[in-house]
Amino acid sequence: MTHFTPFVRAEMIDPRQPPSGQQGLIRWSRENLFSSPANSLLTVLGGLAVAWLIMGIVPWLMHSVWNANSLSECKTIITQTWGEGATGACWAMVRERWHQYTYGFYPMDQYWRPNLAFVLMLVALAPVLFLSLPRKMMLFSLVFPFIAYWLLWGGTIWAPIVVALGFGVMGLVFRFASPKLGVPVGAGVGLLAAAAWWLLVQTPLSTTLHSIIPLGLREVDSDQFGGFLLSIVIGITAISASLPMGILLALGRQSDMLLVKSLSVGFIEFIRGVPLITLLFTASLLLQYFLPPETNFDIILRVIILVTLFAAAYIAEVIRGGLAALPRGQYEAADALGLDYWQAQRLIVMPQALKISIPGIVSSFIGLFKDTTLVAFVGLMDPLKGITAVVRADINWKGIYWEPYIFAGTIFFLICFGMSRYSMWLERKLKTDHR
Amino acid sequence: MTSISDAPKESFRLGMLIYDTRYRSITIQVVVLILFLLFLSWLVNNTAQNLAAKGRDFDFGFLGMRAGYDINQRLVEYTNDSTHMRAAFIGLLNTLLAAFVGCIIATILGVTIGVLRLSKNWLVSRLMTVYVEMFRNVPVLLWILLAMTILSETTPQPKDFRSTPEMEAAGEAPAASMLFGLIAVTTRGTSIPEPKFCLGRELEACHAESLLPGSPEGGLGVVDLGIFKVSLNLLALLIVFGGSIFVNRQIVRRANAIQEETGNRPVTWWKSLAVLTLPSIVLLWGLGLHWVVPELKGFNFVGGITVMHGFTALTLALALYTAAFIAEIVRAGIQAISRGQSEAAAALGLRPGRTMNLVILPQALRVIIPPLISQFLNLTKNTSLAIAVSYIDLRGTLGGITLNQTGKELECMLLMMGIYLTISLIISALMNMFNRAVRLKER
Repeated sequence: MTHFTPFVRAEMIDPRQPPSGQQGLIRWSRENLFSSPANSLLTVLGGLAVAWLIMGIVPWLMHSVWNANSLSECKTIITQTWGEGATGACWAMVRERWHQYTYGFYPMDQYWRPNLAFVLMLVALAPVLFLSLPRKMMLFSLVFPFIAYWLLWGGTIWAPIVVALGFGVMGLVFRFASPKLGVPVGAGVGLLAAAAWWLLVQTPLSTTLHSIIPLGLREVDSDQFGGFLLSIVIGITAISASLPMGILLALGRQSDMLLVKSLSVGFIEFIRGVPLITLLFTASLLLQYFLPPETNFDIILRVIILVTLFAAAYIAEVIRGGLAALPRGQYEAADALGLDYWQAQRLIVMPQALKISIPGIVSSFIGLFKDTTLVAFVGLMDPLKGITAVVRADINWKGIYWEPYIFAGTIFFLICFGMSRYSMWLERKLKTDHR
Repeated sequence: MTSISDAPKESFRLGMLIYDTRYRSITIQVVVLILFLLFLSWLVNNTAQNLAAKGRDFDFGFLGMRAGYDINQRLVEYTNDSTHMRAAFIGLLNTLLAAFVGCIIATILGVTIGVLRLSKNWLVSRLMTVYVEMFRNVPVLLWILLAMTILSETTPQPKDFRSTPEMEAAGEAPAASMLFGLIAVTTRGTSIPEPKFCLGRELEACHAESLLPGSPEGGLGVVDLGIFKVSLNLLALLIVFGGSIFVNRQIVRRANAIQEETGNRPVTWWKSLAVLTLPSIVLLWGLGLHWVVPELKGFNFVGGITVMHGFTALTLALALYTAAFIAEIVRAGIQAISRGQSEAAAALGLRPGRTMNLVILPQALRVIIPPLISQFLNLTKNTSLAIAVSYIDLRGTLGGITLNQTGKELECMLLMMGIYLTISLIISALMNMFNRAVRLKER
């Protein structure tokens, strides 16, 4: 019998490289681009689309002209430099008209005022947006609307100060009245006191103060506002006013009181059922019927009020979703702690409901900011239609269309995209569950 | 020593209206009611005063008066001798048309994009993300204006389509040509082929006549309903097609029954295809269907249907914009279905396509439908942006030309808001019914 020892490997062999089809770029593209015939087809189609877009856009951007005084001049320069049939972007229009896109017809020598207001706005927004900043900065955020109003519209400084004092009166009255009378009645008394202040004290006091210390800026009319200045003024004001209103409406809709509930439902459903344009036309055409004769107030203010009401109805629905998502136990726990309605809302319910509804609220805000362009239809100079129409009506820039829309669209995109990224960041930051 | 305090007296004090939770809500509601009524009466009073000061009254009689303006695109007949009411009706139909077409395109695009965004294909999912972010974050007005400008400023003049004998001799083609030889996009609008019916007539004569503006539809003709005319051809087609669908359902039901009994599903697709298409084709052939392709005559295209650029731009832009939102809704809906469902389907041996159709989509639909409804509503309301492209919709007639001509701002605006509100409520009611039908039936 032959005896043999089977082969036994004594040492480990080094691991071999995976086959070339299973590593690196080839493997990645096999898995992500060509995993099946259908996928390969999609990849080829997508690749062709991208190639077609790049072939169209890149030369056009490469041939950009920044220094010219008219569209025809742009075209001449492009033809001279890049040969017959070449296409190129004429950004010279943006260079010549950027100030109209930014400020509308705001007086040129006063541009420092919107600029300063914009910088102050960033300072005022910072503590609202970033919770790690000191809470004391919120005081400035409260004062900012009055400063901004005075900077943008000008006039005497005393008018906004006295209006602000009216809010101070409201706060004081509410503070002393609410422990005795309860929150709703206290708030009502506070509102009455403030209304009395604004109706009776406002004008005499501010005129007197102005005659003693005349301090003011040149007045700027509302119809001189335009461009992104107008969009941001309307957008920011309506955003900050619609959130509290939306919260109140949502609470009203969830209320046990039949009358409060049905009024809230009626309001919300009416506003959500009609297009924003009809509301804007209401602002420009119908308010003159609904208000006492001889009242005539600013068109921007009217538009802001209607846009705020519009946004508030949508936000109310978003917050209602958040309230409905809250477990019943939270309400019961608040009752068990002996909190009254407003304390429970402020300390237990709202912080959680608002956290749940952040994505919805921010997308309402984005929608609101985009909708500020619709003010063009009541004769205001929004950047998209109003200013672009002005530019395109100029004989020098007649026939230009890609550049103004790309320019205005990019700015809108940056702002809205920034808002949606911020909401994602905030959502991650406030996330407390460990799923 | 303990003191026993008296039980609180149950007598009613005025303070209890505020402090006692049993009465407080009633107090608040009464106050709210009074304030609301005061506010209403203040509004009505102001309105009455303002109307009196302007010497106007509040009545809707103007709706019966002659409108006196033309509408360039209309679904049912209208002349400038028609009433304001008729004009508003035309506007309403135009609004509904734009909303309907827009919703269909937006749904198809949105579902496709939403599904593709979840695809494993790296390139395609990135492209779809870019699309969604680009369209969501820019005002819809921009897309409408851009589409309108491109359509009206870069398209060729009708004369560019002409080829003269000299050009033919030199072997040159005209500057512009029709898409597939059927559709002509010019500065004046998009001309598309129009179906006409030449039942029992000479084809030559029928064709020559149908190029004339306002030529009858032919075939079975139309029936006048008073408000508008209904094409009997269309009605016949709908009836036949409805019958086909009914028969097809019977076929499917029978196939299901056989499958339940024997476990084998009979092959039915060719039966379904035949039942769904053949009767309609036979009917159309019998009626003498004849497509009238637009032809260049003189300075303009004649024959066919000319679609205004305002409509095309508005519908296209709204559909593209809303599709981005629908895509996100569809993506969220599909992602909401737990992975276990697709794994279970794979374990049962279903292929990915069937998994999507039979397992994922029916469940995702429940998550998708409620937000989808609000997107449809948004699109419908956004059709009021037709003002930007001079497409004459409800706001263009009732809230535009009629309002300016009659000066009845209050009446026109209230009526318009009421109509929009009604449309919104009807759409959401219909969609809620559908939602209830597909909802998970829990026991």
